[in-house]
Amino acid sequence: MEEILEILEKDGRVAPEEIAKMLKKKPREVKAAIKKYEKEGVILKYKAVINKDLVKSEDSSVRALIEVSIVPQKDVGFDKIAERIYSFPEVSSCYLISGTYDLLVIVEGKNIHTVSSFVAEKLSCLENVRGTTTHFLLKKYKEDGVILKHREENKRIAISY
Amino acid sequence: MKIAKKVEKMQPSGIRAFFDLVLGMKDVISLGVGEPDFVTPWPIREAGIYSLEQGFTSYTSNKGLYKLRLGLNRYLKHKYNLDYSPDEEMLITVGVSEALDLALRTIINPGDKVIVPQPSYVSYGPVTELAGGIPIYIDTIKDGCKLTPEKLEKAIDKRTKGIILNYPTNPTGVSYRRKELEALSKVILKHNLICISDEVYGDLTYDFEHTPLPGLSGLKKNTVYLNGFSKSFAMTGWRVGFACGPKEIIAGMTKIHQYTIMCVSITSQMAAAEALVSGKKPTEEMKREYRRRRELVVEELNNMGLSCNKPQGAFYVFPSIKKSGLRSLEFSQKLLKQEKVAVVPGTAFGDCGEGYIRISYASSMESLKEALRRMKRFLNKS
Repeated sequence: MEEILEILEKDGRVAPEEIAKMLKKKPREVKAAIKKYEKEGVILKYKAVINKDLVKSEDSSVRALIEVSIVPQKDVGFDKIAERIYSFPEVSSCYLISGTYDLLVIVEGKNIHTVSSFVAEKLSCLENVRGTTTHFLLKKYKEDGVILKHREENKRIAISY
Repeated sequence: MKIAKKVEKMQPSGIRAFFDLVLGMKDVISLGVGEPDFVTPWPIREAGIYSLEQGFTSYTSNKGLYKLRLGLNRYLKHKYNLDYSPDEEMLITVGVSEALDLALRTIINPGDKVIVPQPSYVSYGPVTELAGGIPIYIDTIKDGCKLTPEKLEKAIDKRTKGIILNYPTNPTGVSYRRKELEALSKVILKHNLICISDEVYGDLTYDFEHTPLPGLSGLKKNTVYLNGFSKSFAMTGWRVGFACGPKEIIAGMTKIHQYTIMCVSITSQMAAAEALVSGKKPTEEMKREYRRRRELVVEELNNMGLSCNKPQGAFYVFPSIKKSGLRSLEFSQKLLKQEKVAVVPGTAFGDCGEGYIRISYASSMESLKEALRRMKRFLNKS
């Protein structure tokens, strides 16, 4: 992977000028490269990774993984029906997968009821959806490479040869 | 109580007091650390845990686990085209530190001289003396901290038994290209010196391929090659190193090792064996991160007037602080007190290190940036 991407994937807030220093390039070149990545959709967006368990707020949310079996359509296969599903704002992720079902859909809602009613009233009744199995998420351990737990840090001796 | 004279004579390192000062202070950003800031990659840690679960809690053979030696044989063959027999030419040690001590004790007769280019790692001189040898220091500061064949030739006399090389070098980060090593090898072979080559930072070479000393024509029979897992795989606390060399020397080293150490912890050896299998990718990732930090640090230091060459390896830079008008220890003490940034005075690595400091960039990018900001402020004030 391009090193600029490696740096930004770890920390989306590093300034182009600093990346330029790290890679021994001109700031202008780095800016241009980032712009190009953004334009091509290689870099889609920059966001903070938030541990929602620690955020006290009324609009807490629940997540569910939903296995969806669908009937593929002529010419467009799974794509058309997938689009109909992932366009719902409740859907945070949607994947076509191999195995015993077809789409893995991750849905977020305020509580179990909102997710259930989304499944019952929106998802299941779509044409071409053969069936769904809903798994509610109980606990998050690791998300997108980030371990969601504060660990005691091992302190190195402050000075050594 | 009278302790042995040669131990009494050993320098307790002039900067011990400074170290104690650092250790007693809170919230210090330390650029004085000589070990990676990464944690050992998980598959390696997991292999250690698994070996405990399986009940591997015994001694191993004195030479080290056969599995590990065989792994090293393959690793060195693949990486450097070096062929060392796991049975006769290899010994697993408690870090490179032990291997260095064993090698020196094995080759030195009382009064033998051993050449040590400086600035150098702190233990080379004292351990040579403990083994009964006389360290002959060569000041390399004016040659960009690199030993030149001319200076080497000049330092050799009839009592010169060997030379300790270390590249990439702690504390300067300097390394040698193949051509430069070949030039040195001519002098080494001419005088039939034994080389102890500490290449523990070999995997952290950024601008060219690392050339192991025994890989040079004619030098394998003269060289004890030392390396370890600490720096390549972020495994300092596991304490695993190894020595490869001519079988007579390895046999001698093994004799001392079996009476003094017996063997390296089996858990650590099991983890090290796994490092050879799955450690390549994490090592490459760490290396890229170190290289990025190096570019940033070198540029910032030069910008603030602490001039330094770009080091080719390890994770150290060795900038000159002459601009500040302070001596190394004074500079380090003031920087610590005023800005809470810890560095190591260059004098820790030999008298010729006066006027320099060692900065380790084995720290997160954030800490590095903050430390550099503070150093800049410090220089503007003084």
